[in-house]
Amino acid sequence: MVSFIGRSIIQKIITLFFVSIVSFLIIHLAPGKPSQVDPLNPKFTPEMVERFRKEFHLDEPLHVQYLLFYRDLFTGKTASWKDNQPVLKKIWERFLNSLPLFVVGTILTWTLSFPVGIRSALSRGGFYDRSTTFFSYLLISIPGFFFAYILIIFVVNSFHIPVIGMETFGIGDPGWGRWAMDRVWHLLLPSVLGATGGIAVLSRYVRSQMLEVESQDYVRTARAKGLPPEVVHYKHALRNALLPFVTMFGLILPGLIGGSVIIESIFSWPGMGRMAYEAILARDYPVILTVNFVSAVLVLVGTFISDLLYMVVDPRIRL
Amino acid sequence: MNSELTLDQPLAPRKTRLQQFWNLLKQNRLAVLGFIIFILFFCTALIGVVLTSGQDPVFDPSLVRLQEKLLPPLSKPNLETLRPDEVPVFGVYLFGTDDLGRDAFSRMLQGAWVSLTVGFVAVGISVLVGILLGGIAGYFGQNHICLDHILMVFLLCLGAALLVIGFIPFGITLVALSLAYIFYYTAARKKPGTRRVPTWLSVLHKKALSIDTLIMRIVDIMLCFPSFFLILTVVALLPASIYNIMIVIGLTSWMGTTRFVRAEFLSLREQDFVTAARALGVNNFRIIFRHMMPNAIGPVLVSATIGIATAILTEAGLSFLGFGVPPPHATWGNILSDGKRFIFDAPWLTFIPGFAILIVVLSFNLFGEGLRDILNPKLRERY
Repeated sequence: MVSFIGRSIIQKIITLFFVSIVSFLIIHLAPGKPSQVDPLNPKFTPEMVERFRKEFHLDEPLHVQYLLFYRDLFTGKTASWKDNQPVLKKIWERFLNSLPLFVVGTILTWTLSFPVGIRSALSRGGFYDRSTTFFSYLLISIPGFFFAYILIIFVVNSFHIPVIGMETFGIGDPGWGRWAMDRVWHLLLPSVLGATGGIAVLSRYVRSQMLEVESQDYVRTARAKGLPPEVVHYKHALRNALLPFVTMFGLILPGLIGGSVIIESIFSWPGMGRMAYEAILARDYPVILTVNFVSAVLVLVGTFISDLLYMVVDPRIRL
Repeated sequence: MNSELTLDQPLAPRKTRLQQFWNLLKQNRLAVLGFIIFILFFCTALIGVVLTSGQDPVFDPSLVRLQEKLLPPLSKPNLETLRPDEVPVFGVYLFGTDDLGRDAFSRMLQGAWVSLTVGFVAVGISVLVGILLGGIAGYFGQNHICLDHILMVFLLCLGAALLVIGFIPFGITLVALSLAYIFYYTAARKKPGTRRVPTWLSVLHKKALSIDTLIMRIVDIMLCFPSFFLILTVVALLPASIYNIMIVIGLTSWMGTTRFVRAEFLSLREQDFVTAARALGVNNFRIIFRHMMPNAIGPVLVSATIGIATAILTEAGLSFLGFGVPPPHATWGNILSDGKRFIFDAPWLTFIPGFAILIVVLSFNLFGEGLRDILNPKLRERY
């Protein structure tokens, strides 16, 4: 166990090192320089560009830039090129904004997809199963931005509630209750949208896991013993079908940054995805690289946690 | 007894692979529907690219008629204000017009081709890379890379880098040195009996890591990047063009294919028919492509079909964010993205491309899932 942890930590650190090199190279070898973003701006004299390049070590060779960048990152001194704010502080603020979206979306995904998946596995081939299958394909296939507009039109037209942004613009200082309701309404649509794809995929996965376990010998034995169907399904089958999902708790970590770019920009939600998008538009290399690095760390930590959980949950696995 | 007699006669009505395939497909009605829509979409895109390109296209997607803007679908053009060559083909705007009075139907036709090529080329690239790397990792994975190989490749890269930077003599020396070593090494390998490397170099000739480890670590590294964010970054930094998008989507989505081609090859290479082929003296190339690949191609096809759906969605998302194909050219994503400003005045500009993307992606997903069932050997009937 200890040797497994040690080995996998070393392996992950090596992977992280290569990820940092690759992302640095991708950003810096791509055509176009950050100092040329706005060539028509009269304030951008050649002297300014020169000072700018010196300030951010852009005149050094590439490997020196690499070392300087990651030294700054680990000492927390990296600053955004756009507004000279420390990057880590910026990311932390945006992270706090993204967190409610992520938490609500994850709760929705995990609470909805299990009942749906289990029920469609139990009624295999029936009307419920076929309709949920079709609906989950529909939800997987619908472009997120299109679905967002359908939902916005529906909600705005039928409930007359503003949904864009984190709170209604210029709401002032209403009572505590109204403020909370306002926040909840603004939170609901983007998190539902973020959860739809997850619900569709996860419920299909729950269904196939459940079907696989239901065809095992021990389930047949349990049924042959004359146990009531509820006990067979929920005690013998479900517990074993849940095994792989325990490990998926680790794998949802990277979702903190991942697929929220489009939804956050539609709803003007000041979260991490939107910050990353704005940083790409402004060629704000420190922010792009830091977001990339943080998300790589999240992926690696996530897989590490899921490996550990698997070992704890499934005694058959000895690594 | 009469065994010779029965051998001559067919024992059962034989069916070709294709007939079997079709019989299984027929049982899955959603997959048939997906397949039909897929064929229709394919034909539409092919006809669309013929009718909308060239000097004088039948459907002109970039013809601006400012007096005819934001007309709803199936509305008649005002014939008095239009020149005869500006009148739409059927005498009616099938899908309406956008804010510049361009015919939405022609733009959708033009966009269909973009979606189709993005899907197929991106998935083609990812499948090629995936099969190649997965096949190498699965088949040759146990071979080791030695320290001197790494050293020489490193020297070669360093030399090339120095050449690019400007240290010409030093760079040339390094490149020549490493090339000479590689030539010497391969030449010595072909002659059996001779020592492969001189003694002083055999210190370096230690096994460092296996090819399998190397390729799987590369996959791990690629999986660390958040894919949509990576695609967005690269597309934003590169000059806007449809080919860049295809290549970038392809190069960021090969990891899954690599993983299961490798797994498939690892189990196939232990099978008896591969051992038999090797015993017959069949060369590696033929074993891989004639004997192993047909057995491993099923899951690749399924994931490729679903990958096309994902690639079309990704391209639409990129166009929606304003990256991707430069403006005068229409894609379903940027028709929707332009139309969203008029979502209450001209909802058709949002809903037509939205539903088009939805239906095409859905058909690919349904067909892919049907294919997964069909290619499952447990369901196939045996004879």
